[in-house]
Amino acid sequence: MTTHTVPAAPEAPAAPRPRRARRRPTLSVYTFLVLAWLLLPIAVMVLFGFNDTGSKVNFTWQGFTLNWYRHLFAIPNLTSALVNSLTIALIVAVVATLLGTPIGLALGRYRFRGRGSVDLLMFAAIAAPEIALGAALLSLFIVMGVPRGYWTVVIAHVAFCIPYVAITVRARMAGHDPTLEEAARDLGAGPWTAFRLVTLPMLLPGVASGALLCFALSIDDYVITSFNAGRTVTFPLWVYSASRTGVPPQVNVMGTLIFVGGLLIAGANVLFSRRRAA
Amino acid sequence: MERAVRTDLPGLKRRRRRPGAALAPYWMILPGWLWLAAFFVTPVIVMVSLSLQTGDFIDGFRQTFHFSTYADVVRTYHVQLVRSLVYGAAATVACALIGYPVAYWIAFRAGRHKSVFLFLLLLPFFVSFVIRTQSWNVVLADNGVLLGPLKDWGLLSADFHLLATPYAVIGGLTYNFLPFMVLPVYVALERVDPKVVEASTDLYASRTGTFLRVVLPLSLPGVFAGVLLTFVPASADYVNAGILGGPSTTMIGNIIQTEYFTNLDYPGAAALSFVLMGALLLAVFTYARALGTDDVLEAAAR
Repeated sequence: MTTHTVPAAPEAPAAPRPRRARRRPTLSVYTFLVLAWLLLPIAVMVLFGFNDTGSKVNFTWQGFTLNWYRHLFAIPNLTSALVNSLTIALIVAVVATLLGTPIGLALGRYRFRGRGSVDLLMFAAIAAPEIALGAALLSLFIVMGVPRGYWTVVIAHVAFCIPYVAITVRARMAGHDPTLEEAARDLGAGPWTAFRLVTLPMLLPGVASGALLCFALSIDDYVITSFNAGRTVTFPLWVYSASRTGVPPQVNVMGTLIFVGGLLIAGANVLFSRRRAA
Repeated sequence: MERAVRTDLPGLKRRRRRPGAALAPYWMILPGWLWLAAFFVTPVIVMVSLSLQTGDFIDGFRQTFHFSTYADVVRTYHVQLVRSLVYGAAATVACALIGYPVAYWIAFRAGRHKSVFLFLLLLPFFVSFVIRTQSWNVVLADNGVLLGPLKDWGLLSADFHLLATPYAVIGGLTYNFLPFMVLPVYVALERVDPKVVEASTDLYASRTGTFLRVVLPLSLPGVFAGVLLTFVPASADYVNAGILGGPSTTMIGNIIQTEYFTNLDYPGAAALSFVLMGALLLAVFTYARALGTDDVLEAAAR
């Protein structure tokens, strides 16, 4: 076998990337299969939003219909669950971004006593299993006699989102040259002006992706929400309880619309950061 | 802080630290830190305190430092506890085996289209976790999209089923947490300097040799980060077991939920949650101490 590779050797130093030429198809095929596997449930969701099914039992393909798009809001408590999820996610994204961004900034820019323990707290909050976080908060609310509902969900979501924003912003700070800000200060800008005109614009993509991440994490969360929602129902909670009896097609339609909306926002975010970076 | 504002006057030397500047990071951290102290640290302490109380839902609970609750819940639910760790570990191993080649392919073979494939990998996250899992329910149902035709063609016997088996639950966990494995591994592989690989081939290492002795060791931090990011959520998850599993595949998350909401045995539930959290965090911190947290945090930030 080795004799076959020998003729290729002399030209190897000349070509900068000789490896590209000998790709093996097995690994490519394998990767495409795994990606297909990852995308299969999404395809099922999108497809079954168009399924002309008579009942809630939505397991087989019965034919194409746009019925469920037309009657998207026909299930009142599903609609209110979706509205709850969307508004909670919006509040959480705003609050967690406001609280998490300065932490990320401080961790990324300063060396200070206690930095390590703040880092550790962020790590612990991310590494702790969601169910333990949910159960701990539930214990707090039980012991304090706080009735669970909409606002306890918001509180819980903000708590688990803060570290993600902090880390996203910190990662963005890592690539930031502190001398830029110093230059602004040397040119007579006050600390706030220097921050506003130099640091903030550079930071914004990080802040934006932190906020989007929060929105996505919040709207998607089942575990922590289920522990702290009381009688408030969010979209994932509704779907989970419906999964026992059969998920109505509207759920797939809403899932598809959220999916498409998410893609559009992500696309906009990419364009935004490209423009900023340029 | 007033002094900090005053020192901005022009003419003062920039290089000198303003007296208030040393406090700046603390002021920046304070609001978020307070939130986490109130709604992350305190709840954990309260949960531990609750786990050491006795009483019941009707008569109320009293702090009695009744440590045997821990022994009791572990004795009662050790099957589910062990099962959770086993399922979590199985899903983690499956994620590593399935995910590593994918990360490798994206890092070294995807060429200009890397970001496209990374994006495809993240696409599932644009679909609700519960809906994704529910979709597997549709795919794996006894007469569903997958098994239905196979049974019709006689390739499977009519009573074959996947739902409510450990395979369905571990499969669901693997599916849901695969990207958490692929991303950190990809990040680590991406960092491998192509010159090192070239050097290895120049020194007549075979492709396998280069991979085993150069690329794989260099990517191990990513694998470790991926193991953390998949093992913890997978072992503590109860959505997969709830939707794809049955009574024989109950995981500890399902038990904790039942204890809190159906049995209203708060001390027991709190004890069980703390055992799970303690076990997982202990594992995480030992692991992180040995291997560093930066990769995990970096992967989490992506």
